[in-house]
Amino acid sequence: MVQKDERVTIPDEWFKPKEKDSDIAESVVRPSLSYWKDAWHRLRKNKLAISGLVFLIVLTLFAIFGPVFSPHSVTGTDYPNQNKAPSAEHWFGTDEAGRDVFTRTWYGARISLFVGVMAALIDFFIGIIYGGISGYKGGRTDTLMMRIIEILYGLPHLLVVILLMVVMGASLTTIIIALTITGWVGMARIVRGQVLQIKNYEFVTASKSFGAKTPRIIRKNLLPNTMGPIIVQMTLTVPSAIFAEAFLSFLGLGIQVPFASWGVMANDALPVILSGYWWRLFFPAFFISMTMFAFNVLGDGMQDALDPKLRG
Amino acid sequence: MLKFILRRTLIMIPQLLVLSLIIFLLAKAMPGDAVTSSFMSNPNVTPEQMEKMREKLGLNDSWYVQYGHWVGNAVQGDFGQSFTHKQPVTSLLAGRVGNTLLLSTGILIVTYIIAIPLGIIAGRWTDSWADKLIVTYNYFAFATPLFVFSLLMLFLFSFILGWTPIGGSVDIRIETGSFDYIVSKVKHLILPVMSGALLATFGTIQYLRNDIIDTKLKDFVKTARAKGVPESKVYTRHILRNSLLPIAAFLGYEITGLIAGSIFLEMIFSYPGLGQLFIQSVMGRDFTVVTALVMISGTAAIVGTMLSDIILSIVDPRIRID
Repeated sequence: MVQKDERVTIPDEWFKPKEKDSDIAESVVRPSLSYWKDAWHRLRKNKLAISGLVFLIVLTLFAIFGPVFSPHSVTGTDYPNQNKAPSAEHWFGTDEAGRDVFTRTWYGARISLFVGVMAALIDFFIGIIYGGISGYKGGRTDTLMMRIIEILYGLPHLLVVILLMVVMGASLTTIIIALTITGWVGMARIVRGQVLQIKNYEFVTASKSFGAKTPRIIRKNLLPNTMGPIIVQMTLTVPSAIFAEAFLSFLGLGIQVPFASWGVMANDALPVILSGYWWRLFFPAFFISMTMFAFNVLGDGMQDALDPKLRG
Repeated sequence: MLKFILRRTLIMIPQLLVLSLIIFLLAKAMPGDAVTSSFMSNPNVTPEQMEKMREKLGLNDSWYVQYGHWVGNAVQGDFGQSFTHKQPVTSLLAGRVGNTLLLSTGILIVTYIIAIPLGIIAGRWTDSWADKLIVTYNYFAFATPLFVFSLLMLFLFSFILGWTPIGGSVDIRIETGSFDYIVSKVKHLILPVMSGALLATFGTIQYLRNDIIDTKLKDFVKTARAKGVPESKVYTRHILRNSLLPIAAFLGYEITGLIAGSIFLEMIFSYPGLGQLFIQSVMGRDFTVVTALVMISGTAAIVGTMLSDIILSIVDPRIRID
């Protein structure tokens, strides 16, 4: 809104013509920014996204070093000390077998982050290849490949994942396989859309007219320019994979006790929740929610930061 | 227009085919079959008798024959026998589908009751304190997993405050059909419905807020204002009419979320519906029930998505172009 009463006084010297100086007239005043530098500058201004990033970095450090430095082991039982409330000895309390919840929480973070990142990476590779071919080839290949995607996209993923887990048996590898079998479709759609759009831009035509071969065009022109939306999609795949791991483990189809994941810990807490052992639910629940939140705000921030149209 | 509807309807056929094939083959690949799961623990049944049983049930036929049988029967509403419950799957489902429908409809209604006013407030008074509060709530609704949230709700309202029952769908001591019975049903529904609905508001609020913010800068809204239409009428007549229509079309997309939601909610609140049955059957390897449930809910999701796509294409002609 314009403030009505505020008068702007302009000093007289502002109206004098500027002296000509041929030396500085042609110089570039601002250093040229690469796409990534520019994106980082914009991301840095987004406080919420940065706090998400900081949280994730701290979480990763704890996930790596937390279990190492803790005096208690993940699976080590201590029955005399079962269901103890948080104390100086056990910061997050203990569970029904006397296992240290603090150590288990960080071990769970390991599992969650590993599943999330692996699922996102595998989606990324399958998506780039499938979507890239579909978008670049175009024509009948594209139509056929898109029909397949259209069919798969409509299937209820959660149910298929549960069925897959029952068939393949519960383990870390099968969780990642089940999640990527259903998950790559979204990524492939995004890559294809991007490639389809970019392959008709002038700089690609220029590259072709200079005699660039297909692999070079894909590597040098298409991939770098599709990266923005792809990275955003990856940032958003991680939390959904973390969530999926948590619910599979929660249903008893994922990581198995005595090993820990946040879903397992929440599931363990379910029968005893009415006995008042709040810490057994609170810590895994808190970290699942915070991690999902952090990834989502980071993904949102990256979406804004990586969109070249918003470049100011 | 017609071409889009036709194309969208036709794509459903391979979708259903792929879904049924995936389900059938995965169910076949599950460790153990119906015979082993029902007689494994019975020492009086010899392997020969089990083999005879398999022959009789057609479990030794090649997979495509079995698939043909299964689809043929399923179309007629016959999903075979449940081996743990010892009764036809169809009647087993029929006994529970009412509870799940009640839960899902409750969630849908409460979601819209909460989400539509909040979305409108956030969109109309952008950047006000109310908007900031709603956006924060929305982030929270998006980031919190349903099972975590419902566990916290259960802990808070049933355990600490003792306001709501801990589980089940109705107090079994009460006579069916009486007024108390209905009251008891509602009491058992409140917590699962609220848990589901408070998180399900995310999409609707997000959509409504963004759409209103976009629409209120459009030329026809400026024209209406310039002509001196009162602000409240600008919203009811010009902006909301545009923004609310697609919300109705999203109903079909919601089905997928409701199916997933009912699995968690029914498990956590031990509510006897299809979701609970699904988890029990997965654990008990009762694969006739599992396949029937996935097939039915999968079909519901596919049909729902198709209806939403078509309604949206009528409401918003830009979608039809491709």
